[in-house]
Amino acid sequence: MKITPEEVAHVAHLARLQIAPEAVGKICEQVATILAYVDTLGQVDTHDVPPTTHAIALTNAFRDDIPHAHLSREDALANAPSSEDGFFVVPKVI
Amino acid sequence: MLTFEPVIGLEVHAQLKTDTKIFCGCSTRFGAPPNTHTCPVCLGMPGVLPVLNRKVVEYALRMALATHCTVPGPSRFARKNYFYPDLPKGYQISQYELPIAVKGHVDIQVDGQERRIGLTRIHMEEDAGKLVHAPDRPISFVDLNRTGVPLIEIVSEPDMRSAEEAGAYLRILRSIIRWIDVGDGNMEEGSFRCDANVSIRPAGTTTLGTRTEVKNLNSFRHVEKALRHEIARQTEILLDGGTIVQETRLWDPDKNATVSMRGKEEAHDYRYFPDPDLLPIVIDDAWIQRVRSELPELPDERRARFVADYQLPGYDAAVLTASRELADYFEACLVLYDHPKTVSNWIMGPLLGLLNAQEKPIEQSPVSAADLADLLKRLGAGVISGKIAKTVFDEMAVSRRPAADIIEAQGLAQVSDSSALETAVDAVLAQSADEVTRYKAGQVKLMGFFVGQVMKATKGKANPGMVNAILKERLG
Repeated sequence: MKITPEEVAHVAHLARLQIAPEAVGKICEQVATILAYVDTLGQVDTHDVPPTTHAIALTNAFRDDIPHAHLSREDALANAPSSEDGFFVVPKVI
Repeated sequence: MLTFEPVIGLEVHAQLKTDTKIFCGCSTRFGAPPNTHTCPVCLGMPGVLPVLNRKVVEYALRMALATHCTVPGPSRFARKNYFYPDLPKGYQISQYELPIAVKGHVDIQVDGQERRIGLTRIHMEEDAGKLVHAPDRPISFVDLNRTGVPLIEIVSEPDMRSAEEAGAYLRILRSIIRWIDVGDGNMEEGSFRCDANVSIRPAGTTTLGTRTEVKNLNSFRHVEKALRHEIARQTEILLDGGTIVQETRLWDPDKNATVSMRGKEEAHDYRYFPDPDLLPIVIDDAWIQRVRSELPELPDERRARFVADYQLPGYDAAVLTASRELADYFEACLVLYDHPKTVSNWIMGPLLGLLNAQEKPIEQSPVSAADLADLLKRLGAGVISGKIAKTVFDEMAVSRRPAADIIEAQGLAQVSDSSALETAVDAVLAQSADEVTRYKAGQVKLMGFFVGQVMKATKGKANPGMVNAILKERLG
C-alpha cells in the first residue's frame, strides 16, 4: 500500500504531531510497511466469523446511579500546567 | 420567479435527568463551583475505566419507545476523536455504527396540518466540559463539571420544510422528554440543545441542495429566527447565481445573522472506532416490554383520548396536553366537576391567561384544580353568575382563598330569592317612569335597559333569568 506525504501530514495533524519535513519520506515508507504487514490478516478467511470488537464475551456491565465522592478541586487541578480561580487554564481556543 | 423549498433536519442533544454522570459516579447537578464534580474517570486520567450508568440506558430506551423507534439489537459505544480542551481524554465516548435506537417518528401540527417527522436515530453519549473565554487575555477557562453528563442525541430525517415546522418539532420533542420524565428540556440552561442542517432546493424537485450546519441555537425563539435567516441567505445566494458552501455557521443573536465558523472542516475526520473499554449493550424483549409498560400515556395518545372521551375540540385537546402537568390539572378538575368543555374554557381562558402573565407553569398555579372545580360547581349550580365567577376567580388568584370564602365574605352569591328580586325590579321601574311609558308604547328594546338597571342595583348578583321573567310579568 502506498502512503503519500499528504496522508502523513494529515494524520500527523489530526494527532497533533510535528514531523520534520525531511522525515516525511521515511515515515511514508515505514507506515506502508506496517500496513502491508497488517494486511497479512486479510488472507485469513473470516467469512463466518462475526466482527470482534471486545476481547471478552460479556455484555451489559452497568453500575447503579449512585453518586460517589468527588476529587477535591486541588487534586483535580494538581497536574494542570496552569489553573486560576478553580478553572483549568488553556491558550485561548474558539 | 423561481421559488425554493427549505429542507431542514435537526440534531437535538438532551441531557438526561440522572443523579450521576454516564460513566462515573460524579454528580450531574447544575451550577456547582467549577471543577468540583470530577474524578479520575471524567478527568481522563490514564488507566481508568468507564462503567455505564444503567439509568442512562433506561432513559434512552424510554425516549426511544416514546418516539416509536425500534431497538435494532446489540448497541455499542465508539470513540469520536478530536482535540479540544472541553474533553480531556482527546475523544468523546459516543455511539456511531450501532446506536441504541433507530427509525422513529413524531407528529407535529403547524397551521392545523398534521405532519410526521421521521427520526433517524437516538444515541447515547457523554457531554463535554464548559469553556469560558477571557475577554481581555489570550486564555480560556475550563470547567469539567459537565464532562461526562449523559446526553441523548436525537437525529431527525430532513423532513421539515419551514422554520415553523422545525420549531414545532422541537417543542414536541421537548414536551415528550419532560412528559416521560427523562430530562428537563431547559434550552437556556443548555440541557436541551439543537443544531440544524439547512438546505434549499427549487420547489418541486427532490435532489437535496448543499447544506449548512447552523449551531448555537439556544432558545426556541432563536431557532426559528436563525433558520428563517439562513433560508433567506441561501435563497439570495442562489438567486444571484452563486453556490452554497458546505460549512458550519454560528447563529449570532446580537448581529441577527449566521456567521461562518472557519477551521472546522479538517476536524470532521473523527476516526470513530468501537470503544474497547465498554461492553456491548444487549436489550432483550423483556426489558423493552417492561419499559413500554411503565411509560405514561403519551401526549398524542392523551390528546386523542380527550377528543374521543370528552368531546373536546382538537384545539382544546392540543392546548391541554401541552404538558403532562396541565393535562393532569384538567382531569383533576373533571373528577370534581364533570363538564369538560366548561373546565377547558376556564383553563384555556382565565387560568392560562393568568399563568402566562405571571410566567408560571401550571405546577405553580395560585388556583388549585380542586378550587377551580369548586368555583365552576357554584357557577353551574347558579349560586353565582358567570361575570361574578370571573371576579371571584381573579380574587382567588390573588388571595389563594377558596371560592366559597370569597363569595360569602363579599356577599357575591347570586340573588335567586324571588321576593328580593321583585323588590329590586319594582324600585327600578318606579325610578324609570319615562322608560316604562316608552316601553309600553312599543320600544321593547328598553328591556335591556331595565335588566341592566336591576343588575346594577344588585351589584351583578341578580339571577338574570329570574329578573327577565319578573320584568316581563310587571310590564306585560
